[in-house]
Amino acid sequence: MTTQSNAAEQTPHQTVPNHAELVDERIVCWYFFAALIFFFASLAGGFLMAFQLIRHNPLNGIEFFSPGRWRMVHTNAIAYGFLANAFLGMLHWVVPRLTLKPVLDKRLSWFIFAAWQVVVGATAVGILIGHAQGLEWGETPVWIDPLAQVGLLLVAINFMAPIISQQGPIYVTLWYFIAAFIWTFLTYAMGNFVPQYCVSGSSAGAVGGLFIHDLVGLFVTPLGWGMMYYFVPIMLKKPIWSHGLSLVGFWGLAFFYPLQGIHHFLYTPIPMFLQYGAVMSTIAVELVVMTVVINFFGTIWGDGKAFWENLPIRYFYTGMVFYFITCAQCALQVTLTFQQLIHFSDWVVGHAHLVMFGVFSMWLLGVMTYLFPRLLKKEWYSRTMCEWHFWMSAGGLAVMALDLTLAGLFQGWSWMGLEPWEHSIEVSQPFWVTRIFAGMAMALAQVIFLCNLYMTWAKSPAKVEEPTGAPATA
Amino acid sequence: MFESKSGVLFIAGLLFFAIAFLSNAVLPALMYQHLEEKTAEQLVNANLRYQFEDLAQRFPESFKEHIGTPPEEEEKAAEWYDEQCADMLRLGRDIYVGEGCWHCHSQFVRPVSNESERFGPVARSEEYQNELQRPVLFGTRRVGPDLSRESGRRSSDWHAVHFFKPTDLSPGSPMPEYPWFFDGDPAKPNRRGLALLTYVQWLGSWLDSYPYYEDYEESAIAQLERRADDEAREAATAGDEPEGEKANEELTDE
Ligand code: HEC
Repeated sequence: MTTQSNAAEQTPHQTVPNHAELVDERIVCWYFFAALIFFFASLAGGFLMAFQLIRHNPLNGIEFFSPGRWRMVHTNAIAYGFLANAFLGMLHWVVPRLTLKPVLDKRLSWFIFAAWQVVVGATAVGILIGHAQGLEWGETPVWIDPLAQVGLLLVAINFMAPIISQQGPIYVTLWYFIAAFIWTFLTYAMGNFVPQYCVSGSSAGAVGGLFIHDLVGLFVTPLGWGMMYYFVPIMLKKPIWSHGLSLVGFWGLAFFYPLQGIHHFLYTPIPMFLQYGAVMSTIAVELVVMTVVINFFGTIWGDGKAFWENLPIRYFYTGMVFYFITCAQCALQVTLTFQQLIHFSDWVVGHAHLVMFGVFSMWLLGVMTYLFPRLLKKEWYSRTMCEWHFWMSAGGLAVMALDLTLAGLFQGWSWMGLEPWEHSIEVSQPFWVTRIFAGMAMALAQVIFLCNLYMTWAKSPAKVEEPTGAPATA
Repeated sequence: MFESKSGVLFIAGLLFFAIAFLSNAVLPALMYQHLEEKTAEQLVNANLRYQFEDLAQRFPESFKEHIGTPPEEEEKAAEWYDEQCADMLRLGRDIYVGEGCWHCHSQFVRPVSNESERFGPVARSEEYQNELQRPVLFGTRRVGPDLSRESGRRSSDWHAVHFFKPTDLSPGSPMPEYPWFFDGDPAKPNRRGLALLTYVQWLGSWLDSYPYYEDYEESAIAQLERRADDEAREAATAGDEPEGEKANEELTDE
């Protein structure tokens, strides 16, 4: 089964349609550009709040720059602007090549592209004019929710068409993708409508927790792992180490991941037995997830030098190391004992950055590093700049995550010790300052990436990147 | 089954999601079904009404301009206050959400980590069964203190000055300034400002006895530090008060 699908994903033979018929390269590019634009919007929001915290916000007191609003732009731009756009670009490359069928309709693809930018843009504007919805990571104003919901449905239809046409068992990547299309649609609907219109109070809290969690676990995670199962074997030119572990990883995730939402609200008035349930399934899923990481390290075993020589591979495996750390951290911090200390603190913020930047953004940046030369039909302008991009992203993130994790401990102790509130603020200052520098390194890395991208693009004699440019060839 | 389209689609995609939704969302909803969900009108209690009328006393012009004048008759006036107060609660909540206050302030007190010492009674489900908790504003991060026991802890003047420029009252505060809730001066809150003040004064007003936050005793170290600070300040400024306190007093004098 694996062999069969692996054969399909590697170099196509004579009878298969050629690449140009399958993949609309321009849309992949445009999704990536859109993703990078929103990445910078998100960085701006992060910096505004970070400077506010160290009490050096030059824009303090200006309504449009209210740090609270920009903090919501920060998280939403990453989820729906950067991650979603970059994933969609990646899907437009991977799904047709894996199924050997184009997406349902290329015009629909462009319509979705445009509609999604409207959704994300409107979300940002809506939040900035003060219309946020009171749901973490679902702050998308209520008047945009239905539109986003339709967008997600169209995405699912567009990509499910080539997948449905497959015969027999399908490759691991497609398990994750099929599940992700359904889960994302359901999760968005559940999170944005149920706690707003159907229930309030503690039950709304339970749904809200489920939403925050599922957005990571059922939208970002399956798309991310599906992507890894596709790119890693291609780049290492060998199949995944163990098919059995792939099965365990997928089904374990599918069963345990959705059960944990309430762990975001431990010690709230949500019934205690539900909290225990969430804690236990969290620990279970961490074990499952370990099998996936082991599977990938089994795959690269013996090819260690690819880690140093192949930049995308380095991105992927660095992300996996961060993933391992996140999961180990998660299995500890989810326990009620840990929660007493670290809940409400910057520990959690560090954890979030570790997952969202350290794992998924790193993976997507790796995919971009791999695909841009293929999309633009030329090598990167500067390999050195690519290296800087990698090291500053990874290094900055590592410093930030460690820094915030420590900050969280100090804050937790300060609160527990009944120190006056200001004490927890003062104690955080050095950590918050360090965080800004780490953030600057991460931001600068992306600037370098953009410069490199521009130079690569400018190398072109025939600027194929114009929106009206020539169609891509295989 | 484990590798087929339909297996993934129906079992992982739909069935597992449904199981989770039933056990983690529908179940608690059913458990709390008997608790009636209160509307903003039902949330107006005596403590809050006191605070709301107090706003009319403290900021008479702003109140008149942005909320209105109550009818002459006493009974009608009472009704009018209740209605306005409920409206203000809703608006205040929207602002609280829109400004992202809930990303820096939580609204629940946990039964651990000495939180009930610091803030007051541990959160109970009934407290959240109302229209203003759609979606619930538990919060996940505390940069500033929990606010679910905030009502009555400070005067509305204090809050007004604090929203206008937090560092005036709480030196070194990283809380952002919100001058757009005022007509240029902390003594003149606009409609949004009055709504936010109402909302903050509502948080915890439903408890039998309040405020709670002040009940906690300072730790020994904190007491020493504070004493040292006070002495240092007295020695340094003898007679020369910090600006913030002055502003606060002026307001209270009105
Ligand atoms: C950047 C995070 C941040 C944001 C955003 C924020 N606050 Fe604060 N808030 C704090 C901090 C820190 C304190 C404690 C220091 C102080 O008193 O200023 C505080 C204190 C308070 C207090 C006083 C609590 C007490 O009794 O000591 C109130 C009330 C308050 N905030 C309300 C709000 C409201 C309403 C908003 C939204 C309009 C808001 N805060 C937004 C950080 C924040």
